Amino acid sequence: MARLRQCAIYGKGGIGKSTTTQNLVAGLAEAGKKVMIVGCDPKADSTRLILHAKAQNSIMQMAADAGSVEDLELEDVLKVGYRDIKCVESGGPEPGVGCAGRGVITAINFLEEEGAYEEDLDFVFYDVLGDVVCGGFAMPIRENKAQEIYIVCSGEMMAMYAANNIAKGIVKYANSGGVRLAGLICNSRNTAREDELIMELARQLGTTMIHFVPRDNVVQRAEIRRMTVIEYEPTAKQAQEYRDLANKIIENKNFVIPTPITMDELEQLLMDFGVMEEEDESIVGKTAAEEAAVVAA
Amino acid sequence: MSALTREETEALIKEVLEVYPEKAQKDRAKHLAVNDQSIEQSKKCITSNRKSLPGVMTIRGCAYAGSKGVVWGPIKDMIHISHGPVGCGQYSRAGRRNYYVGVTGVNTFGTMNFTSDFQEKDIVFGGDKKLAKIINEIEGLFPLHKGISVQSECPIGLIGDDIEAVSKKGAAEIDKPVVPVRCEGFRGVSQSLGHHIANDSIRDWVFSRDGKDVKGEFVPGPYDVSIIGDYNIGGDAWSSRILLEEMGLRVVAQWSGDGTLSEIELTPKVKLNLIHCYRSMNYIARHMEEKYSIPWIEYNFFGPTKIAESLRAIAAHFDDTIKEGAERVIAKYQPMVDAVIAKYRTRLEGKRVMLYVGGLRPRHVIGSYEDLGMEVVGTGYEFGHNDDYDRTIKEMGNATLLYDDVTGFEFEEFVKKVKPDLIGSGIKEKYIFQKMGVPFRQMHSWDYSGPYHGYDGFAIFARDMDMTINNPCWKILTPPWQKKPEAEEVAKAA
Repeated sequence: MARLRQCAIYGKGGIGKSTTTQNLVAGLAEAGKKVMIVGCDPKADSTRLILHAKAQNSIMQMAADAGSVEDLELEDVLKVGYRDIKCVESGGPEPGVGCAGRGVITAINFLEEEGAYEEDLDFVFYDVLGDVVCGGFAMPIRENKAQEIYIVCSGEMMAMYAANNIAKGIVKYANSGGVRLAGLICNSRNTAREDELIMELARQLGTTMIHFVPRDNVVQRAEIRRMTVIEYEPTAKQAQEYRDLANKIIENKNFVIPTPITMDELEQLLMDFGVMEEEDESIVGKTAAEEAAVVAA
Repeated sequence: MSALTREETEALIKEVLEVYPEKAQKDRAKHLAVNDQSIEQSKKCITSNRKSLPGVMTIRGCAYAGSKGVVWGPIKDMIHISHGPVGCGQYSRAGRRNYYVGVTGVNTFGTMNFTSDFQEKDIVFGGDKKLAKIINEIEGLFPLHKGISVQSECPIGLIGDDIEAVSKKGAAEIDKPVVPVRCEGFRGVSQSLGHHIANDSIRDWVFSRDGKDVKGEFVPGPYDVSIIGDYNIGGDAWSSRILLEEMGLRVVAQWSGDGTLSEIELTPKVKLNLIHCYRSMNYIARHMEEKYSIPWIEYNFFGPTKIAESLRAIAAHFDDTIKEGAERVIAKYQPMVDAVIAKYRTRLEGKRVMLYVGGLRPRHVIGSYEDLGMEVVGTGYEFGHNDDYDRTIKEMGNATLLYDDVTGFEFEEFVKKVKPDLIGSGIKEKYIFQKMGVPFRQMHSWDYSGPYHGYDGFAIFARDMDMTINNPCWKILTPPWQKKPEAEEVAKAA
C-alpha cells in the first residue's frame, strides 16, 4: 500500500470547494485510487455528488441522536458512493447556535479512534468550511492530519484575499507540524487575465497554480442530478479537466511553506491586473454632499 | 517573641521576592506591603484585584464560584442550575456550610446539585434546548421551588448560548423567576467579578419583579433592616440576627445565608441595609441607595468590642427606642463576654496570628483576636480590592505584613520568619502549616465549627482558638528518638 496522502481543501465561502473536491476525487477514483472524503462543514454538503444524496447523515447528528459519539460505530457514519469513494460528514449545529468547530474536532477524533484511516486508502480529502473562524476548523491541518493544502480561488479580490489569509494560517501550523501548501486551484469566474493573475499570486505565495478549471455549465447540469461531471457525462470536456487536475495532484511533489504577502502587495497585484483601481486618497471619508460641494466650487 | 520592626519586615519582603524572576518580582512587589497606619489611601502602598501570575500557587476561585458558591447558592428556596459540564456543580456542592432551615428536596435545595451535565453534543449543538427542558423538569419534580437561577460555566460563554431568551421563556411558562447569570469562570481575575455579576443579576432579574414572589402581605415598619453579606456559615447570620431583634429592629431579609427569594424581593422596602461582607455585596447596597434611597452601613459582629461599636452605629440611624435597645443588648451580654474573656484571655494573651482569607475576614476578625489579647501580625485578601485595603490599614498595627493574593511560596516563607502562634486560612493551607508544626484554624468554614458572629459566636471562637493553640499535640511533634535525653533520664541510666 502506498503512503496515505491527506489533503485539505480550503478557500473562500461559495468559491466551489465542495464541487471541485468531489469532481477531482471522482477523477482520482477513476484512475484507480482509493479515496475518502471528510466533510468538515456543518452544512454537510461535501459528499452529495458522490452519494447521490441530499445530505449525508453526519457524525455529530448521529452522535446527538444516539446519546454520545462513543455510541457510534464506524460503519454507521461511513457511506460508500461512486467508484467506492468513502464518505463521511462531521456535521454540526444550525447557524447561530453551539460550536461547529468543536464538532469538527470531535468528528475527526472519532474517525481516528475508530481506525477510519487504517483501511486501504490512497487519499483522504478534507473539505473545510470557507472561513477558518476558530481552532476547530484548523483541526484538519494539525499534526498527523492533512499534510497538503489546496486552496480553491478565482480572480476575484475577496477570493484572493481569503487565499492569502489561509496561507497565513498554514504558516502557523507548518512551523509546528508537517503541513504544506500544495498549490492553488483556480476555479474560473471568467474574469480578465484570470489565469495569469492566479499564477502570479501563486508565485508570490511560493507555490504554483496547479490547475485552471474553466467555467462550464455541465458542472451545474451534473450537480442538479447530484452527480459529478465524470459520472454524468464522462466524455465532456470538463470531465477531462477534472481528470487532469486529479493527475496533477497524483504527480504533485511541490509542497512548500507559503510566503503570504502583505495587504499592500496584494492590492498592488490587483491594481497591476486591473481588478482594483488605484486608490484616490482625496475621496476617503467624503460624503456625497461634500463631493458635490467640491464639484460645484 | 517580639514583633518585627518596619525595617525587618521590609527586609523580609525583599528576601522573599529575591527568588522570583525579574518580571514576577516586579509584579509581586506591588502586592506586598508593610502596614503604615498614617497612609490614607491603600493604593499608595499595595496593588490588588489584578491577574495572578502564571506558575505561582494562588488559591483564588473563579467568577462561577463567586456567583453560585457565594451569592446565589445560599438562597435556599430557589434551585441553582450549574449550567455546563458536571464538575463545577458537583465539586462545589454543599461545600460552604451555609446553614439553613427547611426540608431539603422539598422546599429547600441548598445541598443538592442541579446541573445540565453538558456532553460533547451539547457543546456542538448548543445547550439551550436542554436548559429549557431542565426548567420544565424542575417544575415537575420540585413544584415547591420558588425560582431558578442559571449559573453559567465556561462553555456557555464560549459557544454563545442565549440563556437570557430561554430564561425569559421559562419564567413565563412556570410563572416564577428564572435568572440567567453570566458568571462564566474565565471572566475576571478571581471570584470577585462573580459577586458583582451575581449582584447585578439580582438587580436586573429579581428586583424587576416588584415583589411578585413575596409571601403573604407585607406591611413595612419603621425598624425594618436587612442583613446583607452574611452567608450563615455555621449559623453566623442567626447569632447576628438575634442581637438586632433584641434591640428592637425587624430583620426583613438575610442575604443570602438561610435566605429566601421572598426576602430578597422585600429588601427594597427596608429602612437601612446592614452590610457585613462589603466585598461581595456592596454593589447591591449601592444600587438600593441610588434607586430606593435606602442608606447602608457596614458593621462588624466579630468580638464584643466591634459588636458594641456596630450596635451603637446601627442604632444611631434610628430613634431612642432602638438606641436604648442597643445599650440594653450590650449590657445583657456583658457578663457573658466577661466570663469568656476571664476564661480564655490568660491562655491566649500575647499570641500572634497571621491571616489569609477572603471577603471581609482579613480585617473583620482582627477585633475578635484583640479582645482575647492576641495580635494579628499579618493579613491579606484572596480577591480584595483597594477599598478593602483602605479599610484594613487602620485595623492593623504599624509594621505588620500585608499580602495580596499571596502565593504558596510567599506565605510559607513569611510564616517561617514571622513565626506566628496561629494561622487562620483555608483548607489548601491547613495541612502544609500543620505539618510545619504551626497551629492552624480554617477561617473560611470555621473549621467545621461556628458560628463566630455575635456574642454567642465569640464564645465559640474563643474556645476554638484556645483548643487549637493550646492543644497538647504541638508539644509532642518531635518523635522520641530525636529528643535530647532529659537530664534526669541520663542520670537514671548512669
